[in-house]
Amino acid sequence: MLRVWQALLLVALLAIWHVGTSPTLLPPLYFDNPDKAAFFFGEPLTVLSRIWNWFYGGEIYRHLWVTLVETILAFAVGTLSGLVVGIWLARAPMASAILDPYIKGLNAMPRLILAPIFFVWFGLGVASKVAIGVTLVFFIVFFNVYQGVREVSPVVLANTRMLGASPRQLLRHVYLPSAMSWVFASLHNSVGLAFVGAVVGEYLGSSEGVGYLILQAEGVFDINTVFAGIVVLTVFALVLDSMVSFAEKRLMVWQPRSGETERT
Amino acid sequence: MIAALALENITCTFVSPDNARQRYTAVRDASLSVAPGEFVSVVGPTGCGKTTLLNVAAGLLAPSSGSVRVHGEPLEGINARAGYLFQSEALMPWRSALGNVVAGLEFRGVAPHEAADRANDWLRRVGLAGFGDRYPHQLSGGMRKRVSLAQTLILDPKILLMDEPFAALDVQTRQLMENELLELWSADRKSVVFITHDLEEAISLSDRVVVLSAGPETHPIGEYLIDLPRPRDVSEIRLSPRFIEIHTEIWHAMKDEVLKGYAQQRQ
Repeated sequence: MLRVWQALLLVALLAIWHVGTSPTLLPPLYFDNPDKAAFFFGEPLTVLSRIWNWFYGGEIYRHLWVTLVETILAFAVGTLSGLVVGIWLARAPMASAILDPYIKGLNAMPRLILAPIFFVWFGLGVASKVAIGVTLVFFIVFFNVYQGVREVSPVVLANTRMLGASPRQLLRHVYLPSAMSWVFASLHNSVGLAFVGAVVGEYLGSSEGVGYLILQAEGVFDINTVFAGIVVLTVFALVLDSMVSFAEKRLMVWQPRSGETERT
Repeated sequence: MIAALALENITCTFVSPDNARQRYTAVRDASLSVAPGEFVSVVGPTGCGKTTLLNVAAGLLAPSSGSVRVHGEPLEGINARAGYLFQSEALMPWRSALGNVVAGLEFRGVAPHEAADRANDWLRRVGLAGFGDRYPHQLSGGMRKRVSLAQTLILDPKILLMDEPFAALDVQTRQLMENELLELWSADRKSVVFITHDLEEAISLSDRVVVLSAGPETHPIGEYLIDLPRPRDVSEIRLSPRFIEIHTEIWHAMKDEVLKGYAQQRQ
């Protein structure tokens, strides 16, 4: 039933969009020229045909692939480095105290502004987009891991030590699993941000990727293609997100979930 | 005879990390020795530093002064011959019951197959056969305590340190667990230090009861031999006349300290 309502809402929104932008269906309410609404807001049918042509003609796959590679690389590198640095700093109070203001500063900085520097360093290819994504993902994962390691239950820690765990085994069997639960809590966020880094990077300067398609279309005022690009990106993001949910479900079976009772 | 565990003149002073002048002496000049195979309970009013004393015996906490000897040897670092049963949840929540029981063997490098066999055997001995794949949050409080017990006993420690392990359980489960503990203990007679604030529990389980003063600067103020016959049933033995006699005697000595502790907590 829920799905039906969700679908109906989508249809209604598309209908309003269609009726509002079609030059012939309504008398012009706001714009003096009946074509202007379509110029600014695009037309849903044209957007759909644009998407259809992309996938049918096969043009989109190369761009999607590039965006996907950038997102996954940024996510992997950012998560891994956040994990390593987070665990290290959480267990080295001295280093963490020294670095504290720098980390706060880097986190507070609007890091997308680093894009021009990355373009100079890494060129306009995949590497610069990955770098942008990493700066976004790293801090989310880092802060979560840092928190996760510091909030390991002291009793669980003491118990595991009493069972004879060496410092390395403590890291592997207590700190890491505890930190992972925090990492997973932030996973939806960090995948989203890796994606943002990739697309915004493409949009700022590139020769491939979905962001590049949008940039090109914007250059010639082709608003329908811009909307088509946005729709493709949205669906793509939803697919990524559901993959994260799937992984989370498989890996975090040990966590209590509310609402495990059955209702009839 | 060399004591299995000997705490000698232990003093523990905690210093506040923010202000070095804020000091708190939880335990002062406390001595306690446990003979091999002896079951000793330590009772005292709440907040008197019982756990501090136990952490010192476990090697989790270094005393400010005094020494710990384990079978005659001075203790350095973690007490490897001791098993510790904590008051609060101590299981690794990301491991199943079996994974938790097997952990100690895993850390010691026992082959996975053999370790799993022994862990399953221990789960059966604590009455949890078939629950090996459950995660701690899927088990009840009593079951989690049983897993903890199996997790500790599988390593066959010579000394068992228990910090109010059954305090969070309801009365019925608690008496069941106490009987099970006595049964497991009587099989190979480990040296036990059992911390509790429940005098009845202490008397019904132990060979000897040590009473601590109210904190701060806790130290033992009395020792009582419990000459009740074994094997015991904890719910039945509470009704015997000798039990009541012992209880009255110890309670008489404890009462002032309990009131002192209570007054301190109210401040």
